[in-house]
Amino acid sequence: MSADSLERLAVAGKGDSTRTLLRVIILLLIAGAAISSRLFSVIRFESIIHEFDPWFNFRATKYLVANGFYKFWDWFDDRTWHPLGRVTGGTLYPGLMVTSGVIYHALRALSIPVDIRNVCVLLAPAFSGLTAYAAYLLTNEMTPSSSAGLLAAIFMGIAPGYISRSVAGSYDNEAIAIFLLVFTFYLWIKALKLGSMLWGALCALFYGYMVASWGGYAFITCLLPLHAFVLICMGRYSTRLYVSYTSWYALGTLASMQIPFVGFLPVKTSEHMPALGIFGFLQLLAFLDYVRSAIPSRQFQTFLWVFAGSVFGVGLTGLVVATSAGYIAPWGGRFYSLWDTGYAKIHIPIIASVSEHQPTAWPAFFFDLNMLIWLLPAGVYLCFQKLADEHVFVIVYALFGSYFAGVMVRLMLTLTPVVCVAAAIALSTILDTYLKAKSPIPEEHLVEESSDSTPKKASKSGLRASSKPYIGIYATFSKVTVAGAMTAYLLLFVAHCTWVTSNAYSSPSVVLASRMPDGSQHIIDDYREAYQWLRQNTKDDAKIMSWWDYGYQIGGMADRPTLVDNNTWNNTHIATVGKAMASREEVSYPIMRQHEVDYILVVFGGLLGYSGDDINKFLWMVRIAEGIWPDEVKEREFFTPRGEYRVDAGATDTMKNSLMYKMSYHNYNNLFPPGQAQDRVRGVRLPDDGGPVLNSIEEAFTSENWIIRIYKVKDLDNLGRDHASASAFERGQKKKKVIKKGPRVLRVD
Amino acid sequence: QAWNKVFSNLLTHYQDTTPQRTKLLDAFMAFLVVVGGLQFLYCVLAGNYPFNAFLSGFSATVGQFVLTASLRIQTTEANKGDFPSVSPERAFADYLVCSLILHFFCVNFIN
Repeated sequence: MSADSLERLAVAGKGDSTRTLLRVIILLLIAGAAISSRLFSVIRFESIIHEFDPWFNFRATKYLVANGFYKFWDWFDDRTWHPLGRVTGGTLYPGLMVTSGVIYHALRALSIPVDIRNVCVLLAPAFSGLTAYAAYLLTNEMTPSSSAGLLAAIFMGIAPGYISRSVAGSYDNEAIAIFLLVFTFYLWIKALKLGSMLWGALCALFYGYMVASWGGYAFITCLLPLHAFVLICMGRYSTRLYVSYTSWYALGTLASMQIPFVGFLPVKTSEHMPALGIFGFLQLLAFLDYVRSAIPSRQFQTFLWVFAGSVFGVGLTGLVVATSAGYIAPWGGRFYSLWDTGYAKIHIPIIASVSEHQPTAWPAFFFDLNMLIWLLPAGVYLCFQKLADEHVFVIVYALFGSYFAGVMVRLMLTLTPVVCVAAAIALSTILDTYLKAKSPIPEEHLVEESSDSTPKKASKSGLRASSKPYIGIYATFSKVTVAGAMTAYLLLFVAHCTWVTSNAYSSPSVVLASRMPDGSQHIIDDYREAYQWLRQNTKDDAKIMSWWDYGYQIGGMADRPTLVDNNTWNNTHIATVGKAMASREEVSYPIMRQHEVDYILVVFGGLLGYSGDDINKFLWMVRIAEGIWPDEVKEREFFTPRGEYRVDAGATDTMKNSLMYKMSYHNYNNLFPPGQAQDRVRGVRLPDDGGPVLNSIEEAFTSENWIIRIYKVKDLDNLGRDHASASAFERGQKKKKVIKKGPRVLRVD
Repeated sequence: QAWNKVFSNLLTHYQDTTPQRTKLLDAFMAFLVVVGGLQFLYCVLAGNYPFNAFLSGFSATVGQFVLTASLRIQTTEANKGDFPSVSPERAFADYLVCSLILHFFCVNFIN
């Protein structure tokens, strides 16, 4: 009975149209899973933009939607980097904003008027569905197995390594870039397999879109030439490689140069030189290939050595000369620090200060990829066994990607696609082997049945050792065991992914959530409280000085001009802010006057135990300022003689007199009974001396939990006194009568 | 001694075995090389001030050259086995599409 129904099921699955239907349904379900697993934060909190960078993207998108494309293209933003401004049109990757602008207008044209904020919040989940589909297509190019593509699609859909950068509300470039990355790779493999110009051109167009979207396009620019180079070294040069690579490079480079931010970089910087070099090398190889078919092979030997050797030598020396003469820029700091991993920490503290730029720990791989990480080597091994052109691509990508993911946490994102593909290949091989409903019929049985009556039986059994071993799994027990174990792993994978997404990656950093003792949720919303205060209670062009982390959020939520922001293009300007924060008031006040600062915003987590506050970031401010003014700001002076970084009674005088310290702890003592003032982040008791005294600035606003403190910069004193003596007079501290006047200086008119 | 023989062999082989259409393509490619070389020479002599203009002109010739080379490869009889899915007509249509894209980008980039 059950066997009969199973039979019928198997027959039903055989039909071609049934399979297509199943495929479509499965892909739709995967897209649904990919989208819905990214909605935790929207459902728990609200539909807002998270983090820091997305706030700028959101603001730029709003500008694009309000003013049209041409104005957006040459938008000069005078509300950031206050005295300087920012030529936004030429310093951003416009792909993300234009994509959501197009979606916004398309929805309007369909008479579904959706707010632009909701388009921006839900863009990343929508594109994750497309990414899953692109992974499906890419994997189908790799293996004939029909299940591998679907497995890769579901892996890509819910792997936390990708979810971490694409939850709803994370409106960052990576939201669409990973889709474009995977799809470009798919088109490249397709072009390489078919040797078609059209697929090469499509690859170039999507590469151009990728360049318009994310700075990580350099990964493609280096990976495709590397793949081509490895193929050439393996002696797999083919005319297909020539056609696909050159059509990709010729069109793709021109496409990438259309983006103002990229401009002439593809011909001028070292990151793009591998692509150009392989392009030239392929021309040479194509010519040699032609010559080889034309003349006898002995003559070809002479020709090859003389010609190829000289051309290669000339090319290499040309590149070296052009680099050393300065025509070609050397590696940029961000790329160079991937090779020399100690470089950034010594020379460019601003790169090293970002937490995403740290090396990856082992648990992070398992946390982000779970079972996929141990299926990756198996998949790569299987690729080695088949080793067609496209498998070389997977191998090269896996090696390259895992190196970079090991160097920098952030690049886990570019590793995830290849992990999904390789793991899907490995897993589908296992499943295809163990899930075949029919056992392969052993050859011996066939022979025996057919030759039952013949007298050769004796001689046959004698040759048993030399007969072929049967390949295949026969026992139902082993099939069920392995398939069951794999199913269990897959179910655990889904559970792990959901758990990680729900617990680790779905918290908007704008609102902080904490639990009350009874399990109910308590939301700490100090950021928006303070930004809203700024928006409503300051004049429209009041300049806000804060550390660069909060620049985009102030611009986005408070809508006020800032001095520095997360786009760290001018290191000196950031160092100026760092110096103002790290110096004595008498030094900081002229700096702030010169930059027309009206308000200063600091983040202080001492009351709540919020560790990402400005006192913990303070040393980076000092280091960045020290890089520019080594004899005015010294990191050593912020440490006690024993080398400790302290904020309590043992803090150094430089620390206690720095503007940051004073602003953070101003009036903080009054919250507590005398002598009980406690800093909950640093875990220390503050000195009981009434707290720091501010002379040239005054407190304007402090949020409910004291996370954000805003100070107003005082105007010059009416009577021309300096602020210290003016406020001493205000406080009623009587000036001591000085009988003996010092040597006076003549008044100069 | 061998060099003369190598080149004369190459030349006779080329003239004997190349079909007329392919020779036409080769003439076009030679023309593109000359144009590109002249542009480069001018750039070296007169400086590269509107660099985008130089780049778009030069990369137009380079791009058209490699596209034509691709077309030549795909339409050569000897390479039939490499391209089972690309007929000569399909190759020509691809060539048209790619050239149009190339020219669009060049015209856009030259400003």
